Formats: sequence, structure tokens, C-alpha cells
Amino acid sequence: MAATLDQTIAQKQHTLLSRVFATQTFWVVIAVILACLFLSFATDSFATPKNLYNITRNITFVAIVALGMTFVIITGGIDLSVGSVLCLCSMILAVTMHAGYSIEIGIAAAIATALIVGAFNGVLIAYLGFPPFVVTLGMLSIARSLAMVASNNTVVFQFGPDHDKLLALGGGAWLFGIANPVLYMILLALITGFVLRWTKFGRHIFAIGGNEHAATLTGVPVRQIKVAVYMISALAAGIAGIIQTGWLGAVTTNLGNGMELQVIAATVIGGANLAGGVGTAFGAIVGAALIEVIRNSLGLLGINAFWQGVFIGGAILLAVLFDRIRNFRRSD
Amino acid sequence: MAVLELTNISKHFGAIQAVNDVSLSIEPGQVVGLMGDNGAGKSTLVKMIAGNFRPSHGTMQMDGKDLILHKPVEARQHGIEIVHQDLALCNNLTAAANVYLGRELRRGVGPFRILDYAAMYKRAGQIFAVLKSETRPRDLVKQMSGGQRQAVAIARTMLSQAKIVLMDEPTAAISVRQVAEVLNLIRHLRDQGISVVLISHRMPDVFDVADRVIVMRRGRKVADKTIASSSPEEVTGLITGAIEQVS
Repeated sequence: MAATLDQTIAQKQHTLLSRVFATQTFWVVIAVILACLFLSFATDSFATPKNLYNITRNITFVAIVALGMTFVIITGGIDLSVGSVLCLCSMILAVTMHAGYSIEIGIAAAIATALIVGAFNGVLIAYLGFPPFVVTLGMLSIARSLAMVASNNTVVFQFGPDHDKLLALGGGAWLFGIANPVLYMILLALITGFVLRWTKFGRHIFAIGGNEHAATLTGVPVRQIKVAVYMISALAAGIAGIIQTGWLGAVTTNLGNGMELQVIAATVIGGANLAGGVGTAFGAIVGAALIEVIRNSLGLLGINAFWQGVFIGGAILLAVLFDRIRNFRRSD
Repeated sequence: MAVLELTNISKHFGAIQAVNDVSLSIEPGQVVGLMGDNGAGKSTLVKMIAGNFRPSHGTMQMDGKDLILHKPVEARQHGIEIVHQDLALCNNLTAAANVYLGRELRRGVGPFRILDYAAMYKRAGQIFAVLKSETRPRDLVKQMSGGQRQAVAIARTMLSQAKIVLMDEPTAAISVRQVAEVLNLIRHLRDQGISVVLISHRMPDVFDVADRVIVMRRGRKVADKTIASSSPEEVTGLITGAIEQVS
């Protein structure tokens, strides 16, 4: 009897393979690969180095912000302000450098701005009990407005003495011809994945999303962690803003407009659950990739760009549908 | 010597007297049933022992030393563990992750410390074996039965050297077969020398597993006697007030 009990306890119910097959992320990866294969054969222009370079680089901005958003969504929150925060941080960087300061000071100012905005969101949500949707909706408006104030609503395209450094940072390709933003994205994804899987902080984020009350009762510092995730989300938006400034070589107050929806779409397609408790770094990247591949392919296949929203919306619904089907089967 | 001793404990919230001059002592390895109607003061009493509230009057002593608690964490440091009524489990995490929630094991040096999955799975598995519960540390709590969920919540209390486990209505919302499972878990705790305070509405459970029964009514302790010298009828009378008080 004792032996059988020990065996039962030691038993692993799922093999690694069965776990992989059961994730939504896996099927989205398959979809991305199939789409790429199809496009490689169906068009001459998809599998060219130039197009692949463009696609991978375009993925990065949404993907980097989605990595930060993943933290927030796992706790069961939402951050609608990321697009505006991205714009504000870009603008702070641009204005600071335009005024003659070095790139280091510009980046420090942009990052500080992001962290302050994130902390403001987080404190209102965690300590004053505001709903995340409302707080970040307010910040969506505030941050973009501040970007307009900072620049007097002009386009900034001259970045002072370190102009070239900034453009190289965002627009260069320092390693094997891979666009710099892609390198940053890979690095940030690895850090995110590590934090979520291997740190106490990551474990507590999942716990808060699973059952916030339980997390509080077991001594998890729920409030501090919530502030931290909104700071991470804003920081990710700020980093994406800095890189995008270097890539574009100009900042307008329109930058990142509506980006929050793309970012949330990417995380959801990648398997994150808006109810909280589920999400991965890899999923955020894959979700962003699927959106970009759809967008790119429509252009290459000569389909009217107005159809883009239909296909991206369809992808969101389809990805979540897979999840629902699995849950139906489990509850039977 | 009593592991926990409460002397003339009172608690009032403004004009409301929730607990009124209650004294009791709990011996090591004893299962005490704490019974009473809603609003009788059971929860307030338990929350004082758990460190959620501070008593307005009276003293608490643990192993002969004064016990003053400011926060729930301090109660835990003194070896007082609570199994909450809703079990406080995260469905999206594994059994082992839930057992170790808030006190995860890590390995590494200095700031470079990562979660020690292997050690947590192993230790959680050992605790489930002690509890004689067929619960797999790697399974998600989402997929577990009521009895297994109880085992996860109870396993938490066995991570450190708990002296007293307070269980708030552990059998309130589970099936008959699982009730038997939970009562067995309580016996296993007792066999480890841990005192258990079982807060329950269910007369059969208390008479099945407890050594002693304490009855509260309107903030006062109205009975404190061994199970052998009491009966369900008497306890019912005490809870409702049909019987005023027994010594």
C-alpha cells in the first residue's frame, strides 16, 4: 500500500511532449510556420532577405511592449497606456537630446519617465484600489498629452550631438546582419522568460493572477508586486520607444497611437489569459509575429489593406477558440 | 503544559462585544472542536490567535511565554498555521507551488537565486505521503478533488514546525467521502503531535475526530468539556441557548 501511494505521488501525469501539444502557443507557432511556408511558395517577394529583415524588425516594437504587458496580464490586470507611454518616452528622449544633452542622459530621462508613469499607475491600482482599466485609460490620455506639451506638438528629427549614435542604436545591425531591435527583443524575451519561470517574483505574479486573495493570505507582497508589474510594463514601452526613435529617426506625437490594442492582441494570441494566471514570454513574441506575418502577407498577396483588421481580429478569435475547445473537452 | 493558553480574552469593535472574557488552553496533540452559531465569536477568537486582530483585553501565552501578535506572519513564525475556509489555493499553480506559496525554496548565491523546483516537488511529495493522500505535487490544483485540495492546504501547515493548526470549516463544502478523507488528515496531524483547532458547524465531524469541544454563544464560552462527557444533543442545546451553560 505504502509503495503504491509513493508511486502515485511520484507519477508524472504529462510528458514534455503532451504538455507542448496542449499549449495554445504551440499551435500559433505552427500557424506562423505554415503561413511563412505558404508565402514563400506563393510569392516571390516573401522569402527575400530584405523582406525578412523588415518583418523581424517590425515584430519587435509590438513584441517588446507585449513582453511587459505579459507581466500585467498574468496578474489579471491590463495596461492601456502603453502606446501613449511609448510616445511620451520617445518624445522625452528626443527633446532632451535635441536640447544638446548626450544620448546617455536622454535615455536615462526616458527610462525615468517610464518608471514614474508605471509607478503612478501601479500605486493607484494596488494601494488605492482603482480598476486597472480606468487608471491606464486615464494615463493613455495623460501621457500623449504630455508628449504634445513636451514637444509643443512638433516633429523632432534632430537629436543634437549624439544624433548618429541614436540612429545606429535603433537602425543598425551589429550582429550577423540581424536588425538591432531584434537583438534587443531576443534579449528582453530571455530575461522575461527567466523571471517568469525561475524567480520568486515570477511565481508570485502567477499566484496573484490565479487567486489574489490566496496570495495575500499566504504572505505574498501583493501590492508591491502589482506596482512592480505596471512599472515593468511602462518600462517595456519606454524601451520600445527609445529603439523606435533610433529606427525612425524622427518622433511625432502620433507615435504608438492605437498600439495598446495590437499589444494586447499579441499577448492573447500567444496564449495569455485576460482573466489572469496564464502567459509566457515566448507567447508574446509569437503572437506579435503572427500579427506581423498576416499584415505582411496581405500586402504581398495584393489584398486590399482595409481587410487587415478582419484577418487580425479573426486570428485573435481563432486563437482563443482553440483554448475554449480544450477547456470544453476537459470539463466533460 | 498547554501549548496555547488564553486568559480572559475580550475583543470589542466599538460598542459591539464580539468576544467576552474567554479563557481556554490547548494541550499538545489535542484536537479541539470550536463550535457556535454564526456571530458567536468563533471567527473573531480565531483571528486573534492568527494575528489578524489584537485582543482588547486579556493575554495569550504560548509554551508559557507571552504571545503578542501584530500580523499574521508573526503567528506563523510562532508555529501557528491556519487553513482558511476557502483554502486560499491558486488553481493555475501546481500542488507543490501552492504548498510553498509565499515561502518558495531557492538555490544559488546572493541575488542570483532561482526557484528550486526539484526540492519543492520532493518535499511536497513527502508531506503528501505522510498525510496518506494521493496527491501529485506536479498536478495543477485546478484538476483536483476537494479532498486533494484540502491535503494541499494542510500540507502548507506542515512545512515548518507547526504547533497549532487552526482549521476554519474544512468540511463545509465537500462530498461525504471527502469529509472522511479530511478527518483522516486531521488525525495524521494529531499523530505528529500537532494541536488542531477545528472550527465547524458539523456536529458529526467534531464528535468523530475531536478530543474536546468548546462551545461559544454571544461572545462567551459556555462549555469546554471532553467529547466523551458530552453529547451532540447537549452541544446543540448549548449552541442555541436552550442550555445556558455547563462547567
